Amino acid sequence: MNTVVADITYRAMLGRKRIWLLVLLPVALVALAALLRLVNGQDEQTAVLLMKSFAIGTMLPLLGLIAGTGVIAPEIEDGTIIHLLAKPISRPIIAVTKFVVAASLVAVLAAVSTYAAAYLLAGSESGVATGFTLGALFGGVAYAAVFLLLGVLTRHAVAVGVIYALVWEGVVGGYVPGARKFSIQQWAQSLADHVSSSPFFSTEVTLGFAIPAMVIVTIGAVVWTGQRLRSLSLTGDD
Amino acid sequence: MTTTTSSPVTTRRGVVELAQVSRWYGNVVAVNDVTMTIGPGVTGLLGPNGAGKSTLLHMMAGFLAPSSGTATLDGGRIWHNHEIYRQIGLVPEKEAVYGFLTGWQFVLSSARLHGLPSPADAARRALDLVEMTDASGRRIETYSKGMRQRVKVAAALVHDPQVLLLDEPFNGMDPRQRLHLMDLVRRMGEEGRTILFSSHILEEVERVAHHIEVLVAGRHAASGDYREIRRRMADRPHLFRVRSSDDRRLAAALIGDPSSSAVSLTEQGVEVQVTDHARFTALLPRMARDLAVHLWQVSPTDEDLESVFSYLISGSSR
Repeated sequence: MNTVVADITYRAMLGRKRIWLLVLLPVALVALAALLRLVNGQDEQTAVLLMKSFAIGTMLPLLGLIAGTGVIAPEIEDGTIIHLLAKPISRPIIAVTKFVVAASLVAVLAAVSTYAAAYLLAGSESGVATGFTLGALFGGVAYAAVFLLLGVLTRHAVAVGVIYALVWEGVVGGYVPGARKFSIQQWAQSLADHVSSSPFFSTEVTLGFAIPAMVIVTIGAVVWTGQRLRSLSLTGDD
Repeated sequence: MTTTTSSPVTTRRGVVELAQVSRWYGNVVAVNDVTMTIGPGVTGLLGPNGAGKSTLLHMMAGFLAPSSGTATLDGGRIWHNHEIYRQIGLVPEKEAVYGFLTGWQFVLSSARLHGLPSPADAARRALDLVEMTDASGRRIETYSKGMRQRVKVAAALVHDPQVLLLDEPFNGMDPRQRLHLMDLVRRMGEEGRTILFSSHILEEVERVAHHIEVLVAGRHAASGDYREIRRRMADRPHLFRVRSSDDRRLAAALIGDPSSSAVSLTEQGVEVQVTDHARFTALLPRMARDLAVHLWQVSPTDEDLESVFSYLISGSSR
């Protein structure tokens, strides 16, 4: 961790208009939950559905994408990253710092909004709110790491990230059972399912697979990011 | 905050060495077998756009691996070695800086990233050096191009580096700012720092650098004292176009003098291939007076950099 790098990155992420991009989806989630509560009253089944499809299925990967790529890709694109890299600081430390910033943003925003939305709809019934909050927290951290890596691997990180989230996790994961094992979304749901006792909800991926998978993917992505940063090359205009 | 305990290099030499360095991208060769040693003092890296100056500079700054050959700083490898930044300050060509920071915050962050013992003092000193103290409270996004350039220089100088690498530093500066930065660069060179800056403008290099390295099409075309380069550039054949009241008369007289090797009459006037520049420029007005010919226009026709550089190349390969 380097506090100066973290400070600059937080400022870049939270300053001015950027923050609205991050806050938009969590606010939408809570607003949706509030609306459903007004119309239908408390309903555990609706809560589970909203959490599965919107909180974990939509908001979490998009937040991960915005924060994970946002902490590094724009800086690489416009060259400002040189300010951080041309310093006697090891590149892996810079990678870890960027990860911590992205993960903390996703985790806080996703967890808080998920808990608020689930609580609005289901109260503390069957541990739905707690389960999905934990799922969002850990899933968000894993997403942040993966999309951070994507941000240093390719200049088209956002496009690749959207394709991953929509096509792989959304479509392929929805129809091909085997693909579900390799989906952060499913791991997050597995965690939520384990904590909650809701009858409306069950997942296929076991906790014994999901947790090691999340840990390995997260650590692997951050380490790889550090290695990529060590070899980051600048190509001049000539 | 990271602080490393390893002591900085005690010998403040600051010699950057490239040994048979090449860099290619796929089939395109950007830098071709360049060997050069950059020592204390100001060195100008001169070459037309696209000559590979930035590529070369990036290899010296640890932001690009040579495809072959080695780049070292005081004998130590540059690539994959973040410790070199204790000694190197880099001013990249790209204008982008964190616009949301103030000049002060930007330079201070640089000092803190270097782990300097008193970052605020160092930042103040660096901003003072580039005369940006007054504007340092403003966000960088409100700065002019020249101000951004200066604040970048301040950030690169904050740790008092032995080596300073600047990529096209004078681009986009107004004349006053340019003079000021030139002065600063010259002063730092006199202090014994190793300073390398790239430029595609000969006059810029000439005014600041005591030593010039010329890069053309990825090749190391010439190297030496600026007077030497200047002399070789002045010695090359020049093509002049002269318009006068009696072109034929003037042409006849010109061909009789050894300062020119060829004279031709064209629609636009007399074209003179000049081999002895000094003699020709002294001769022409005198000759015109003696012949009672009025000179309307005397213009060098091949003063573009490309021709100058290609002459230097052909000179160095001879």
